[in-house]
Amino acid sequence: MTSLLQARRLSRAAYGAMWSLPLPVWLAGFFLGPMVLLIWLSFWDVKNFLLTPDFQLENWQKILTAGYFWSAYARTAAIAASAAALATLVALPCALAISFFLSPRARMVLLGLFVVPFFTSYLVRIYSWQIYLTENGIVMKLMAAIGIETGSLLNTPLALMIGLVTLTLPLVIVIQSISLLSLDRTLIDAAYNLGCGPRRVLFATVLPAARPGIVLGALFAFIFSFGDFVTATYLGGGKFTTLSILIADTVKSGQQWPRAAVVALMMIATLLLTALASIAYAYRRT
Amino acid sequence: MRVTRTTRRLTLAFTGLALVFLYAPILTNFVFSLNSDRFPTIPLGGFTLEWYRLILADALVIDAFKNTIKIALIVAPVATLMGFAAAYADYRFNFLGKKLVLVFALMPPLIPLVVIGLAMLAYLSRIGLSGTLPAIIVSHIVLTSPFAMAIIRLRFSQIDGDLEFAAQNLGASNWRAFRAVIIPSTKTSVLAAFLLCMAVSFDEYAVTWFVGGLEETSSVRILSFLQSAVSPRINAIGSITFVTSISLILGAQFLVLRRLTKDAK
Repeated sequence: MTSLLQARRLSRAAYGAMWSLPLPVWLAGFFLGPMVLLIWLSFWDVKNFLLTPDFQLENWQKILTAGYFWSAYARTAAIAASAAALATLVALPCALAISFFLSPRARMVLLGLFVVPFFTSYLVRIYSWQIYLTENGIVMKLMAAIGIETGSLLNTPLALMIGLVTLTLPLVIVIQSISLLSLDRTLIDAAYNLGCGPRRVLFATVLPAARPGIVLGALFAFIFSFGDFVTATYLGGGKFTTLSILIADTVKSGQQWPRAAVVALMMIATLLLTALASIAYAYRRT
Repeated sequence: MRVTRTTRRLTLAFTGLALVFLYAPILTNFVFSLNSDRFPTIPLGGFTLEWYRLILADALVIDAFKNTIKIALIVAPVATLMGFAAAYADYRFNFLGKKLVLVFALMPPLIPLVVIGLAMLAYLSRIGLSGTLPAIIVSHIVLTSPFAMAIIRLRFSQIDGDLEFAAQNLGASNWRAFRAVIIPSTKTSVLAAFLLCMAVSFDEYAVTWFVGGLEETSSVRILSFLQSAVSPRINAIGSITFVTSISLILGAQFLVLRRLTKDAK
């Protein structure tokens, strides 16, 4: 009897392990493994163009005292923060419209339409923006037709913002909409019954209640913009060297992987701190 | 919300503009892939299929598309299966550190692509895999399985957890209960996850570029074209990738939405 029970317990454990193990094991092998190696790599040495396992602080010292690193760092953070702010502002009216002004059916269709571009080739969409913004491109010709002379809009902060909002807008709209849709509607009715006008309802009731979604949306936009290299390369024309471009250039042009690893770890640390701070702020009690 | 008709209309119009902003780059790509002028601007030149003819005659492009399809056909089933397993385990069992595993499993898409690319490149070259198709496949599974897990987990949260236990109380084995309860109620979301994984694998360019070495996928081929010069050939490849990924995503959405509307009835 006991052996039957034991056998049953064992088979239940095996059944559970069969489902719960594959993904964690795979990620431990091919995600955690590489990330741990990345940390170790940052202490390696490069001798005669060959990577040599070592434990020395020179890479950290070199990068953290390099002026070009900190200027790229500040630039990347500033660009990502502006893109996150812009995407949040553009997304809000859309998320409000989706959540409050549409029938459930139209709402699903619209959310679906916003999601589609997120999963289509970002590279090609950025190439298309290049076509729009370049010297003698579509935008310049259209502006000329209504009598405004502009130069090429490529390699400007505006071009960067267009590229990054293209990347992040769908995500921000979806996150904000989920948050707005799950908000307690009786709160809004109560505010109206207490005599609040629409503006007051929006700023005193809806937006504070949707704060987690708004903050998380901005966080995601920041994370994705911070790590992007396509917009900075093809709409910024290499004029705006970001941390991702630093890494890509270092890796693709030589053997200085350990220094690239330092840059990569600084990026992860920054994103981790930003995420923790944002989440703490999003769910802070007021 | 009670607002004036003007406010409502203005907000909806703004939303429409946001959609135009997101779809304009996709639409212009199709237009310029069929435009005879070498330099893409307005006014348009004549109609041509020349750019499609050029890329279809380009061995590099053809090989890249072949690689892309091979990779997606391995990545999507494996990632979907692993995502399903993790979602089912989270729904069905309690074990120590479950939350931690879940957060960890959702992390890969949030790490900057160049960072994952660098880490993967260093790691895979240590084990002698970098520059091969398996290297790309291994990394794509890491990048796509979180999406599969998320979609399927969402579906599990709508299933009555007692059904499976009821089946077991009535004498069904683990497997029998699984076949009778879990498979029928999750199969559409599993298919949706499969399509989404294919789309993500299809469009991934950064990690693939890092770990793939000389092996190119269609997205990496586009990256190489972009690095050399402006050419309507990019638009032609772009149109093919857009049609593919939009079909996959619409398919996935259709499956998920049909489920939702069925449940609402």
